[in-house]
Amino acid sequence: MLNNAKTAWAAFKKKKYHIIIPFTLPSLALFLVFVVFPYGQAMYYSLTKWRGLTPKPTYIGLANFEKLLGDAFFWNALKHNLIYLVGIPLITIVIALYLAFLLTHGKARFRKFYRIAFFFPQVMSLVAIGVLWSFIYHPTIGILSSIATMLGAPQPIAWLGNPDVALGAVGAVVIWQAVGFFVVLFMAGMDSIPESYYEAATIDGAARWDLFWKITLPLLWDTIRTALVFLAIGATNMFAITQTMTQGGPNRSTDVLSTYVYERAFLSGKFGYATAVAVAMFLLAFVLSLLTMLATRRDSLEY
Amino acid sequence: MAIPKRAQTLPATIGSRRLRRIASQSFVNFSLIFWAAIVILPMIWLVYSSFKTDQEIFFEPWALPATLQWSNFERAWVSAYIGRYFFNSLLVVVPSLVLTLALSSMTAYILARFRFFGNRALFYLFMAGMLFPIFLALVPLFFLAKELQLLNSYLGLSLVYTAYSLPFTIFFLTGFFKTLPSELHEAALIDGANEYQVFFRIMLPLAQPGLVAMAIFNFLGMWNQYILPLVLMSERDKYVLPQGLSFLLHQQYYKNDWSALFAALTIIMLPTLAVYVVFQSQIQKGVTVGALKG
Repeated sequence: MLNNAKTAWAAFKKKKYHIIIPFTLPSLALFLVFVVFPYGQAMYYSLTKWRGLTPKPTYIGLANFEKLLGDAFFWNALKHNLIYLVGIPLITIVIALYLAFLLTHGKARFRKFYRIAFFFPQVMSLVAIGVLWSFIYHPTIGILSSIATMLGAPQPIAWLGNPDVALGAVGAVVIWQAVGFFVVLFMAGMDSIPESYYEAATIDGAARWDLFWKITLPLLWDTIRTALVFLAIGATNMFAITQTMTQGGPNRSTDVLSTYVYERAFLSGKFGYATAVAVAMFLLAFVLSLLTMLATRRDSLEY
Repeated sequence: MAIPKRAQTLPATIGSRRLRRIASQSFVNFSLIFWAAIVILPMIWLVYSSFKTDQEIFFEPWALPATLQWSNFERAWVSAYIGRYFFNSLLVVVPSLVLTLALSSMTAYILARFRFFGNRALFYLFMAGMLFPIFLALVPLFFLAKELQLLNSYLGLSLVYTAYSLPFTIFFLTGFFKTLPSELHEAALIDGANEYQVFFRIMLPLAQPGLVAMAIFNFLGMWNQYILPLVLMSERDKYVLPQGLSFLLHQQYYKNDWSALFAALTIIMLPTLAVYVVFQSQIQKGVTVGALKG
């Protein structure tokens, strides 16, 4: 019996490559061709000038990056990303934490309904959400402008047509769709905090908001960090929603790096330069997630 | 004077504490209802507006439709090609999803269960794929697809979707396969099963919850994917749903058939809503899994 097992084991060890190779090779090949290879090429393309007309790009060293430093459109797009980066994660997390705490400890009825409703925008495509909000923001057909008129605005507001408000209007939509996801995420975290902690604190006379500040927030810190990184990465992208709602306009007032890359490459045909912008975008996302992780690092609390 | 007698007889502290509790409970309910309204009202407005005429949409944004304009939906489905775009999306997403799950589960199983030279290196290579934003790959990907004759090809787009879904799916499933008991594996081999049988008959069925989570996660990502088809599918009759919808919005500014556009969006939203309500707990788990594990 034992002998049998030993031979089986030996045979298995010898034969293991019969399964390892066919099980890994197809995914590896696909991944190398369509992911690794293009990323590698991108690093090279960012050092070239290429209008896509000649068969081969021309190597120009760091010229694209020098041009980038003096490119007002680039800084304009970057500025919008940074505004989103400060605003969106902060507002989204505050709203989501608040709602999640109320749903977990607020003794509200219809909890399940709220959870389902809040989360729904998450399953819609960003394009569909962008189209929906283009209707809502529309100065004549939209409901928002008639609310503003009722409240005393002298004329219909073109939310997406006015360079002063368009950026905020697009950002608000992203917050609208993201909150539900983080409510669910935070609720899962809050549910795993033992009830006995809250009971003990309540007996000691703590108010509901004390419970939030003293128990929930510290114990939820790891989840909040994850949320911050997620939202920060999202704020460096913003493509689908911006492209659908404003295409970066009016007057580049909602342009972000992603829409700028797309425009330079596929509308203006400046493939080398566009790739250099994409490299800058990658560095931004990379440095930011690293910074977020470091800045919020704290020993996680065991419980 | 106006204070009711019963409240007067209560000790002041209890009365005010109770009042405070009622006030704070109303505040809780108000906050929740407020956010639910912000989320739901736009959708309700969308659905009833899609039954209105263009006239009604323009001049009475809030009003209900006088008569239900079912023809809006017909125009959206047929003349605005929503039906076509829907079908195209299925043509791309279904093969991508099947391929992603098949390839990832096999590779993840190997990475989780077999010791061999290069196992770790292979794992980290796949993980590195998650570091980069897709925008970095767009230009090379476009020219690569052009070279391989994969532009405007459903197969090409499916392969690209699959390739970019592999890293996270492999990462997640590797973790999942590691939690399965290894005794099963050895016992099955001793009973004379070969490696393939162990995988397909024992391990794969056991990994079902992980596969379901990844199916949901990837389906949503692929169904809503926008930038990849925008770059790789330029022929209008091959557009996938988000692309077609975005195109309609931008074209509508010139054509002014708003009612059909409202109907188009309703057609896209309602099935999503129905599927979501039925499977909401699995979907919430499937989607948040990315954040919890990552």
